[in-house]
Amino acid sequence: MIHRHDVIIIGAGLAGSRAAVEIGKVADVAVLSKVYPSRSHSGAAQGGVAASLGNISVTDRWEFHMFDTVKGSDYLGDQDAIELMVREAPETVIEMEHWGCPFSRTEEGKIAQRKFGGHTLEFGREAALRACYSADFTGHVLLHTLHEQCLKHNVNFYSEFQVLSLIFRDGRAIGVVAWDMVHGGLHTFYGRAVMFGTGGYGRAFKITSNAHANTGDGLALVSRIGLPIQDMEFVQFHPTGLYKSGILVTEGARGEGGHLKNSEGRRFMEDYAPTLMELAPRDMVARAMQQEIDEGRGIDGEDKIHLDVSHLGEQRLMERLPQITELAMNFAGVDPRVEPIPIQPTAHYSMGGIPANENTRVTMDANRTEAVGLYAAGECSCISVHGANRLGTNSLLEALLFGRRAGKQIVEDVHDLEFPNLPPDYEDAARGEIEFIRNNRGGEKVGTLRGELQDSMMIDCGVFRTKEQLQKQKEKVAELADRFRHIQIDDNGDQFNTDLLEAIELGHLLDFSGAIVEGALLREESRGGHYRKDFPKRDDDKFLRHTLAWKRNGDWELTFEKEVVLKGVSHPGFEPKERKY
Amino acid sequence: MADTSQRSFRIFRFNPETDDKPYYQTYEIEVESWWTVLDALNEIKWFVDGTLSYRRSCRHGICGSCAMMINGLNDLACEKQIKLIRRNPITIDPLPGFEIHKDLAVDMDPFYKALKRVKPWLINNDPPPSRERIQSPEQFHLIGDGIACILCAACTSSCPSYWSDEEYLGPAALLKAYRYSFDSRDQGLGDRIDALDNRHGLWRCHKITNCFHACPKNLNPTEAISRLQRRVIEEKT
Ligand SMILES: Cc1cc2nc3c(=O)[nH]c(=O)nc-3n(C[C@H](O)[C@H](O)[C@H](O)COP(=O)(O)OP(=O)(O)OC[C@H]3O[C@@H](n4cnc5c(N)ncnc54)[C@H](O)[C@@H]3O)c2cc1C
Ligand code: FES
Repeated sequence: MIHRHDVIIIGAGLAGSRAAVEIGKVADVAVLSKVYPSRSHSGAAQGGVAASLGNISVTDRWEFHMFDTVKGSDYLGDQDAIELMVREAPETVIEMEHWGCPFSRTEEGKIAQRKFGGHTLEFGREAALRACYSADFTGHVLLHTLHEQCLKHNVNFYSEFQVLSLIFRDGRAIGVVAWDMVHGGLHTFYGRAVMFGTGGYGRAFKITSNAHANTGDGLALVSRIGLPIQDMEFVQFHPTGLYKSGILVTEGARGEGGHLKNSEGRRFMEDYAPTLMELAPRDMVARAMQQEIDEGRGIDGEDKIHLDVSHLGEQRLMERLPQITELAMNFAGVDPRVEPIPIQPTAHYSMGGIPANENTRVTMDANRTEAVGLYAAGECSCISVHGANRLGTNSLLEALLFGRRAGKQIVEDVHDLEFPNLPPDYEDAARGEIEFIRNNRGGEKVGTLRGELQDSMMIDCGVFRTKEQLQKQKEKVAELADRFRHIQIDDNGDQFNTDLLEAIELGHLLDFSGAIVEGALLREESRGGHYRKDFPKRDDDKFLRHTLAWKRNGDWELTFEKEVVLKGVSHPGFEPKERKY
Repeated sequence: MADTSQRSFRIFRFNPETDDKPYYQTYEIEVESWWTVLDALNEIKWFVDGTLSYRRSCRHGICGSCAMMINGLNDLACEKQIKLIRRNPITIDPLPGFEIHKDLAVDMDPFYKALKRVKPWLINNDPPPSRERIQSPEQFHLIGDGIACILCAACTSSCPSYWSDEEYLGPAALLKAYRYSFDSRDQGLGDRIDALDNRHGLWRCHKITNCFHACPKNLNPTEAISRLQRRVIEEKT
């Protein structure tokens, strides 16, 4: 079936939904999502969304937020886009409040704000209360508020439609082909503009805080039609994932005074960051933990560390960290009031993505040449405001704010964009993929291949990386991609066939994991979320540059030609310095 | 060493494409001590039988995808620790009250449609101030239950009034109506009253409180409905 709408948005998280609200007021927009919109992963965010409202830290200003973001990015963030983001953050958050988003409140009834790692006043002098929050379910209330605004504006939703391919010809986006998950069957959607808001790629790793749906589909789709993807090697590992499941234990647990202990019962952070201890930045704590584990001081000799909050007392735990107590009991089976919580680093945030500029137009090369009618925002994009490492609470902001910018830009552009013609072979790629997976009889199982990919990515392309490991992992990904040609699924039906869709998602994971590994291999330096044991220093001469990766004839080709923007729009910019806390 | 045990799962199966009627299929698997019911379903799907269908995404109780009936009670599969379930086999059924798409995945469209009928968005025709609207912490807490709802449908699907009247809005939609109508910033009760004040709306609720018992987030839709009923009566008098 063929559907025609002015604008096609893929993804109903904060980025996609925010754009849809903007466009829905004036044009005919369709939003496709493989989960019902309010079940998108944005809803899992707990901590908050950053904006220098100054409701509590009254002297807060966008310049401070800009500095923190640039420094946090280890100077790989593009400072023009960062400046726009931090300047527009307050109005973006206020607008959500006007639409009814329930934020926690200060005594005077203003939006409440709390501390979060890396956010400071006066360029690092003291911690800023900048994260606007709603109890411990900030992402959930933002997502529901936006979805409800979409309902108000009669946005067309195609829920449980999984997009399989992007139709793109001669630098121009035309539409997408999707599979109707409920009844089966291919549907083609075409329009004047196409936007991606498909979220992150944490599911490439065994231990992750991400939802099952976060399989980075947008990245695979874009690279399959010959466009590059950017900075894929930068993955943020959060130090406190629950052991084995990777479910996130918020930074607040350390903020409230939780201790990290190794098998000797010692607070090992004193060896790594004697002043900040457990409150050192995420990447540093994650590396310290991994080093303890690698050197045999994990709990019971396994890949785990203890997070001890029992000394905080029952009352404080129940008041300040209710969700942690519930999570630890439900998912690790431990009672944090009396026993330590077993944790390990967990793949949490994907800094890399589809390259786009500050107007969310997708760019196709190192010169930032724009594609026509193609936009990206949120975690699937790399605009790049997070550079090599994202600060907590900046990603809800990014998704909302660039979703909003995308919406406004598309509204502006849509009149100049003609309806494109569907090329004759518009459906071929998607149909071919479905038929291949359904009819193949090779005996390889999705669960097995995916498990091997996730295990090996975690071990050999995880918190620490070396040339040997990465070369080994490159071969492993190639081997798995080869075995994928022999994939076989059990379910041949049309109706709610998630066996088929998981196989397609596995194909995506295998595709872009190659780009993560190659980027990590060629980037012979350590910066932000990417740490090479054999190159432990940052190397600005060679690598203060974005990585672009193209898939050509089955192989990844990478360049480091794309320059980082070191100046703001109006701000002179912050010179790269050593990132110390 | 991983601490494992053998458990059986007796799972409702039905594929409307190929089956005349539903049946149960039992799977014996080894489960790890930390697993939830969702982990067991994943193990079955990934390594035993790929044809089993169910919904899941966040796997930590926030997206609302995985509500189903576990040993006769609606719950979130991803939050239900297997080791706390004594009964063996563990019987798993889809949420009652909805059509079956396949196995444990039900048709949620009626549920979402009911939600839209209550106009679930802030209605306020005054021009917004340049900063946030002021709301006190007490006013924020008043709507706490409503904003924490994850739309898993465990409540609506457990409600006998909903089973007997498919036009009934159901507890989840009414909780949403409560959340907006009791928001100090909202002026929309008048706009919602047509949907609420009739026999498929507020007055269908007979205070059976199944919704309250079924809610995996410990919310209380029954109480919200009572408050909303009172409010609607006040509005009319
Ligand atoms: C546990 C956790 C806690 C977090 N806490 C915070 C926090 O406190 N503060 C903060 O700033 N950030 C936080 N983050 C990060 C933040 O939540 C995300 O970066 C952000 O929500 C991403 O939003 P998005 O709109 O880009 O994508 P998502 O919300 O992930 O949405 C992606 C959408 O794309 C759709 N989609 C994907 N592929 C397809 C396809 N093939 N076909 C159709 N649809 C598709 C999905 O259905 C979904 O609707 C947290 C992340 C995690 C994992
Ligand atoms: S998978 Fe999200 S609530 Fe269970």
